[in-house]
Amino acid sequence: MATEAPPRWDRKMQQRLAHGEAAALGELYDRFASLVHTLAHRVLSDETAADRVTREVFGYVWENPGAFDPRQGSLRSWIATLTHRQAVERLRQSQSDGESTPEEIEERVREASAAARADYIVTSMPAPLRAALDLAYLRRLDYRQAAADLGVTEDEARRRLRLGLQLLSTAHHAPRVVSPPAHGGVR
Amino acid sequence: MSGPAGPEATRAQESPDGPDGPTAPPRAEHPDPPAPAPPAPTLPAPTHKVLKSLLGAWALAACSAEETAAVEEHLTDCATCADEAVRLRDAVALLHPEDNLDLDPRLRSRVLSACLGRRPARVPVPDWVAPYDAETARLDALLHDIGEAEWRAPVRLKWFDGERPVARDTTAAAVIGHLLAVDGLVAAVLGLPDPLGPLVAEGATPTERTEAFWTTAAGDPAGQAPGAVRGGWREQSHALTRTASFAGAEAADRPVPYGPVSLPLADSFVDRAFECWVHAVDIADAIDYPYASPSAGHLHRMVDLGARLLPAAIAGRRRAGLAPPPHALVPAGAPGRTLHLEVEGSGGGHWYIPLDSPGATTSAAETVAHVALDAVEFCRLAAGHIPPEEAAAGQTGDRQAIRDALYATASLSRL
Repeated sequence: MATEAPPRWDRKMQQRLAHGEAAALGELYDRFASLVHTLAHRVLSDETAADRVTREVFGYVWENPGAFDPRQGSLRSWIATLTHRQAVERLRQSQSDGESTPEEIEERVREASAAARADYIVTSMPAPLRAALDLAYLRRLDYRQAAADLGVTEDEARRRLRLGLQLLSTAHHAPRVVSPPAHGGVR
Repeated sequence: MSGPAGPEATRAQESPDGPDGPTAPPRAEHPDPPAPAPPAPTLPAPTHKVLKSLLGAWALAACSAEETAAVEEHLTDCATCADEAVRLRDAVALLHPEDNLDLDPRLRSRVLSACLGRRPARVPVPDWVAPYDAETARLDALLHDIGEAEWRAPVRLKWFDGERPVARDTTAAAVIGHLLAVDGLVAAVLGLPDPLGPLVAEGATPTERTEAFWTTAAGDPAGQAPGAVRGGWREQSHALTRTASFAGAEAADRPVPYGPVSLPLADSFVDRAFECWVHAVDIADAIDYPYASPSAGHLHRMVDLGARLLPAAIAGRRRAGLAPPPHALVPAGAPGRTLHLEVEGSGGGHWYIPLDSPGATTSAAETVAHVALDAVEFCRLAAGHIPPEEAAAGQTGDRQAIRDALYATASLSRL
């Protein structure tokens, strides 16, 4: 489910977690486990390591619901940030086995981070942009066919493809997502 | 949106169409001249603006060969577009086909129990709700992965009507509607809104509720997006778990009316967890997905509920003339003839079933029969998915007692 929950849902969830309600923890998992696990897997390319990150991230949120600040963004983006940070930390640890140079490690971290950010951008971008990208990339339609499929003008189809890729290309930039100072990190 | 001083203006001056403007929109990508097309060299070159708008489609290899050639020629002499082209092509490299990595359904209980180990819940999910919480989450994960066509996949619902197996053909979407409608019985007892509202009379049976729901717009899979029913079902199942967590220990005994009979709330949650699993398997079989069994602890609770319901089911079959009368009338609280039910495998255990009357106690001395079967097999029998004649690996002792118990188990099933 790519859609952003309304802020009210985020705040209510935060209160329920703070209150120690196990059913809220279950609902939190049901909504975000797939996001967390996919992002962690994109960085670490390892099922067991992604499971472990998932456990860490939900453990952190459950123990520190107060660390989420709704004014800084959505619960979804906060959880994505925690996941990213935790996964990258694990990747660094797993790579520092003496066989790779620090530069090689950083290069791998950079690639994995960009891939994970790109996934997050794709799942969070406005639905019309994502639909256009899916048609062109996954179904291999040209932009005229995509326009017909979406019921928009050819101009609009070109605009959506370009805008979607422009958004996606920000994944290569220094991550805005890494350290909002108000948010604590995962232990 | 560059102004007239931008590179667009420079290009536009070279264009025979004159400067780009609202009155002269660039149509160069559609050379559609009224007269027969002149030879290629005199065709108007696409403007910078048009070529720039094509960069996304170009990076995705989603434009025509002529457009691709025009864009690539343009990139050799326009630095702005060349920069953007590189960026967008790198962005395409970040796309990848959906990996369809299914989340392991067992991860949920591992993650949640690790969390609760770090910080105990102030409002826990009661033990008797846990199977329902787990089974609804597993079914929802299955539904997450299925496509529109699979929602319409034919699903055969099977049960045992007391004498023979019966079946009814429906769709995956209608099965979720069935779960939603019957879960609504429990919702009403907890003070939650009944999804059927005034559509059914008080005391309607699960079957009546299901039939009523299927006639509504929300329950008719032809009437709307086939997966739409999932949201309502999931919202209600989350609300049930949440509300039961706050209901307090005494709520466990509150009666939930299933038509003429009723079950205590705690048993009713186990029953709904059982139904959720059974129907998840029906859907999974229909669309050829694997679907595992519940955890051992949850399976045990389901078998236990079935075993506890057996004496009343045996008596009910006798009253209905479907089974011969008991050997002797045993007063309530007195020991009577007993069947030893041994359920093997994960979630199994030993149960002793009074055969003569639901009120009788069991007795080792009067154990007249022994039935052994696997826990999942027992559940499939109780769901009416296998005929009683084919169940039970091991049977020794009084054949009528064994027959009574197996037929009564199958009779626990309904639509």
